[in-house]
Amino acid sequence: MIDTGGRAPTRREVLHAIGVMGGASLLYQAMESMGHAAETQFKGPPQLSGARPGASVLVLGAGLAGMLAAHELRNAGYKVEILEYNNRPGGRNWSLYGGDTYTELGGASQQVGFAKGNYLNPGPWRIPYHHRTLLHYCKAFGVALEPFIQLNHQALVHNSKAFGGKPQRYRELAADWDGNVAELLAKAIDNKGLDSELRAEDRDKLKEALRDWGLLDKNMRYSKGLRTSRRRGYDRPMGGGVDGAPIASTPFKFGDLLDANIGDLVAQHMENQHQTTMFQPVGGMGMIGKAFGKQVEGLVRYGAKVTKIDQSGGAVTATYTDLASGQTRTAKADYCVCTIPLGILSQIELDASAGLLAAIAAVPYSNSVKVGLEMKTRFWEDDEAIYGGISYTDQPISQISYPSGGMHSAGPGVILGAYTFGPASYRFAGLPPEERVRVALEMGSVFHPGRYKENFSNGVAVAWSRVPFTLGCCAQWNETTRKEHYQTLCAVDDRIVLAGEHASYIGCWMEGALLSSLDAITRLHKRALEA
Amino acid sequence: MKKTLLLALAFAAPAFAAEPAAPHPGEKVYREVCQACHMADAKGAVGAGRITALAGNANLAYPEYPIGVVTGGKGPMPWFRGSLTDQQIADVIGYVRVNFGNKYKGKVTAAMVAESGVASPGRDER
Repeated sequence: MIDTGGRAPTRREVLHAIGVMGGASLLYQAMESMGHAAETQFKGPPQLSGARPGASVLVLGAGLAGMLAAHELRNAGYKVEILEYNNRPGGRNWSLYGGDTYTELGGASQQVGFAKGNYLNPGPWRIPYHHRTLLHYCKAFGVALEPFIQLNHQALVHNSKAFGGKPQRYRELAADWDGNVAELLAKAIDNKGLDSELRAEDRDKLKEALRDWGLLDKNMRYSKGLRTSRRRGYDRPMGGGVDGAPIASTPFKFGDLLDANIGDLVAQHMENQHQTTMFQPVGGMGMIGKAFGKQVEGLVRYGAKVTKIDQSGGAVTATYTDLASGQTRTAKADYCVCTIPLGILSQIELDASAGLLAAIAAVPYSNSVKVGLEMKTRFWEDDEAIYGGISYTDQPISQISYPSGGMHSAGPGVILGAYTFGPASYRFAGLPPEERVRVALEMGSVFHPGRYKENFSNGVAVAWSRVPFTLGCCAQWNETTRKEHYQTLCAVDDRIVLAGEHASYIGCWMEGALLSSLDAITRLHKRALEA
Repeated sequence: MKKTLLLALAFAAPAFAAEPAAPHPGEKVYREVCQACHMADAKGAVGAGRITALAGNANLAYPEYPIGVVTGGKGPMPWFRGSLTDQQIADVIGYVRVNFGNKYKGKVTAAMVAESGVASPGRDER
C-alpha cells in the first residue's frame, strides 16, 4: 500500500495514503501544515504598457481569450480590432434563452421555448473557486456569480447493472462506500496485513481514525444502526412528539457498491476541478461573454469569416468574408492574436512556419452533446428535496443536472438532461435535435418516473460536432502531441501568436483560455517592444 | 426518417432493437459515428470551417486515403483507431465507397486497415 522501501513510513505518508483512499480532510491537514498547495498560475492582470505609438494588433475570435487579449492590449496602448464569425461575443461561453434561434451545421434550426430567465449552457457551466483569472475578470467586469451545486447528497445514482436498475441516493452510496472501505482496512490491520507498513502506535491511531471516518461500531464493523443512519439517512427520520424516534436504515451490500462503480463516482467529486466552492453566473454562463463583449464594444467586427492569414511585408493581413454582404474584405495590423479553434484554423490558409502548421493540424477536437429540458414545475425540489447537483447514470446521457439558479422558486426550471462523453456523443449528435431531446427525456425519466416526461414542456439540444464556429468541443491533446507540438503551438510565430484553451494545460476550461491569452499577449508585447 | 428511427432504436435495450433485413455492416457505424459530423446524407457542411462531404468524394477512390484519415484523424476529426475495430473501420469505409453517389469497386478489409492504418496514438488526456 505505502511503498517506503522497507523503512517505517512517516506520519505524512500514512496520512497521504488515507487521503488517496478518501479521508481527504486528513490529507488536507497534512498539506496545510506545509503551506497551501498552489492552485493557479494567475498573478493578477498583466502590467502591459508603453506600446509603440500607432502599433496595432488584429485579434481573431471574440471568445474569452480573444476579448481578454483585446482588452489588455488596448489598455497597453495598441490599436485593436477583432474579427468574429458569430454575431455575438463569447464563443463557446454561451447561453441559449427563450426566443433564441440556433442553427447547427447541416441546417437543423431550433427555436428555444424556455420561459423568461431560463437557459441552457451548451458549453461551460461551472467555475471552480481556484480559477482565479476568470473570477478576477468576472469581478472586474461586473458579472454577478452565485454558487453552483456540484455535489448533492440527495441526488441520485442509476446503474443498470446494480440495485435492480433502481436509482439510489448518493448520500447512502457514499456513506456505505466509506464505511465498507474503513471496515476492510480495519480488518486488514487486525489480520496483520499492515504490520510491515505501519508501526504499532500508528496502526492504533489509524484504527481510531477509521472508526470515526467509517462510522464503525465497537466491533469495527459497518453495520445497520442509528450511528450509520446519521450519515446515510433513516428509514424513518427523526421527528417531534410520540413518533419522534428515528428508525435506522439498512446499508447496501459492498458487492452492489462495487457493481455500481461507486468508487469512481465518489472520486469524480474529489477532483480539484469539482471541489467546493463552485460558481456560475447569475442568469447563465453567457453573461460572462456579454460582459467581456461590453469591454471591447466597438472593437469587434461580427459576422466575419476569416479565410486567409498572411504575414508578409511586415504586417499581418487577414482576409475575411463579411457574412452579411458576402463581400471579401481584409483587415491589417502589425501583430495578430489568433484564437480560432485549431480544427478550423487547420482549414484556413495560414502563412506561418511549417512547425506551427504541423502543430495546428495535429490536435483533434472532442465531441459532446448537451440537452436542456424545461420542466413545468420544480418537482425535484418540491417532491424530493433535490436542490441543484447532479444525478448520474450509466446510460448515454451520463448525467442530469438540476438548476443551481432560482432554487426554491415557483414555476418552470431547466434541467441539463444530457451531457455526453465518448461514443455516446457521436450517437446523439447524429440524431436530429428533436430526437436528441426525446431520447434524453426517455433516459432521464429513470430518475423521476411518473414526473419527468409528465412535466416536460420543451427542450433544446446542442451537438458540438455540429457547432458552426468550433467543429467540436475542445482540443484533445495527448502525451505524444504535447511533447511534439505544444511549445511550437504557443510560441510567437513572427507576428502571430495563438491563444485559447487549446494553448493551455487547462483544456476545455475558460480559465485555460484566459491564462493562455495573458501569457500570449505578454510575450507578443515583449516581441513588439524588441522589434 | 426511417434511418433516424433505426438510430433512435440503437439507444433502446437490445431486446427492442429491431434488426433490418441484412443492411450493409458499415451502415450502423456510419449512423452511430460518422453521421455526427458528416451528416445523414454525407454532404458535410460549411460554417466557420467545413466538414468534408463524403458524398461523391473522389478521395475515396483508393481505400488507403480514407483508412489513413479514419485511423489517424485529420484536423478537427479525431482518430478512431482504438474506439472502432479494424473490421468496423473497413466496414464503414466500404459502406461509404458504394453509397452517397460513390461507386468505387473493390472490397475494404480489416487486413487492409491493419496494413495501411495509422497506429493508435494512445489515450487522450481528457
